[in-house]
Amino acid sequence: MNEIIEFFTQNKDMIFIVVLMVFVGVEVIGKVPAVLHTPLMSGANAIHGVVVVGAIIVMLNSEPTNYVAMVLGFIAVFLGTLNVVGGFVVTDRMLEMFKKKK
Amino acid sequence: MNLDIIHIIYLFGSVTFILGLKMLSNPKTARNGNILAAAGMVVAILGTIFLHEGEVNLLIYGLIFGAIGLGTVVGWLTAKRVQMTKMPELVSLFNGMGGACAALIGLVEFHHNLDSPTNIAIILAGMVIGSVSFSGSIIAWAKLNGSLKNAIRLPKYNILNTLILIGLFAYSAFIVWSGTHNETHLYGLFTAAILYGILFVIPIGGADMPVVISLLNSFTGLAAAFGGFLYGNQVMLTGGILVGSAGTLLTLVMCEAMNRPLFNVIFGAFGEGEAHQSSGDGSQGTVKEVGPSDLAVQMNYSNKILIVPGYGLAVAQAQHVIKELEQLLEDRGVEVAYAIHPVAGRMPGHMNVLLAESNVDYDKLKEMEDVNPEFSQTDLVLVVGANDVVNPAAKTDPTSPIFGMPILEVENAKHVVVNKRSMNAGYAGIQNELFFRDKTSMLFGDAKKVLTELVSELKALD
Repeated sequence: MNEIIEFFTQNKDMIFIVVLMVFVGVEVIGKVPAVLHTPLMSGANAIHGVVVVGAIIVMLNSEPTNYVAMVLGFIAVFLGTLNVVGGFVVTDRMLEMFKKKK
Repeated sequence: MNLDIIHIIYLFGSVTFILGLKMLSNPKTARNGNILAAAGMVVAILGTIFLHEGEVNLLIYGLIFGAIGLGTVVGWLTAKRVQMTKMPELVSLFNGMGGACAALIGLVEFHHNLDSPTNIAIILAGMVIGSVSFSGSIIAWAKLNGSLKNAIRLPKYNILNTLILIGLFAYSAFIVWSGTHNETHLYGLFTAAILYGILFVIPIGGADMPVVISLLNSFTGLAAAFGGFLYGNQVMLTGGILVGSAGTLLTLVMCEAMNRPLFNVIFGAFGEGEAHQSSGDGSQGTVKEVGPSDLAVQMNYSNKILIVPGYGLAVAQAQHVIKELEQLLEDRGVEVAYAIHPVAGRMPGHMNVLLAESNVDYDKLKEMEDVNPEFSQTDLVLVVGANDVVNPAAKTDPTSPIFGMPILEVENAKHVVVNKRSMNAGYAGIQNELFFRDKTSMLFGDAKKVLTELVSELKALD
């Protein structure tokens, strides 16, 4: 029990962010028309590409001689960037089509 | 100093994500919302690189920029070139890449955190979820692009999957408690998670893939959030949790639109009773056929026509022809609109994107609740490549597997013309009694080919 409380105290800021973000996420999506489900999913898909930030941190914190970390980190940054760039561009393409209407 | 600025940058990034998502849920602001979130992302990434504390070898910077450059070029080109009909599988693929990224972070960070059981638990959670999301998305991608046609079901797959899931938990718990430094266990867990992702998605039918992709999307968000927890990195945490919670809600909304409880999607009730056919067997009378020339005349004398597009239209790439047809009819004073079922196409809203691609007016795309009362005042409904979403059995036959799914009530219109390639059953694998009704005529053939003929017949009427 003490361990749980200790964990909570040590990470209270993070835990607050998590709980609040859950509500923000639900609230933000609340009234979306069905038309926009696909672009929304695609846009959200691009946003979780933020995981690439973690991959960059991995590389920044590793020694250049740590080949495993370098190779895995490189692949991770590459894949994460693919997620971010591909995700935002494909979402933009979808939404561009909605815009063209008069 | 640098460390302080990075927090401001992360705050900025988090706010752009929230605002971006918010704007994405309104047609007017959606595009700017997407760009806003993208801008926040760029700032967060650049901030992470340039405001990093401590000495970093130049080689590492080189590698980072190399990887980013490569990813940008490949991602950009793929996203720009993909055909809009292929878009759902692309989203799935990008989602898998994000999952893989999270999994790789876990593989590397494991060694750096051996002295902290809490961190190890967080790392393993992120890695397992990321891996499941990766392999699951790849399977979903293969299913959507047709390289993996059928739902593959191992005997007792539900029990098997549940056991593997429990095994994943137990194995992770073992690694955390034992404090083992052994890499074999790490890679063992990684492999098991990949396997679980495959087995999780492979029994699920193609029609349920949108739900699965949306679910895996929120998984990847969660995996990113675990990364954020590990590093105390707020932007990863907010971005990840935001997508995790919004994605979960979106998944449930989609399930609701299809009247398929999430439980059934995952544990599979569809196509389970394959022998089942609603209201009798396949041969329930005869169907009437109509040719393009007769239909052209009939359409010409209609006052109001509603078009119901389905996946068949997307497969045949007929969205441009249908726009041409709409234009011709409008020029002749016929009122034309599109009735869009929430799950038409392969993803909710997919059909809207496809029709928007061929310049169909946003106002002409009518959602189910708004259009259903209009069918009774409609002279002719043209159903193109849709089946289950117009099956009246969903309302009338409690034994039908799709019973309770909201449908487009096309049977209320004066005439219904259904374009299909053959009399084969739809995605749900059930027969549609609508096709056998008196006011229904069938227009057989590939959607694009038949509609092109229809367009030239209409032109010839002048």
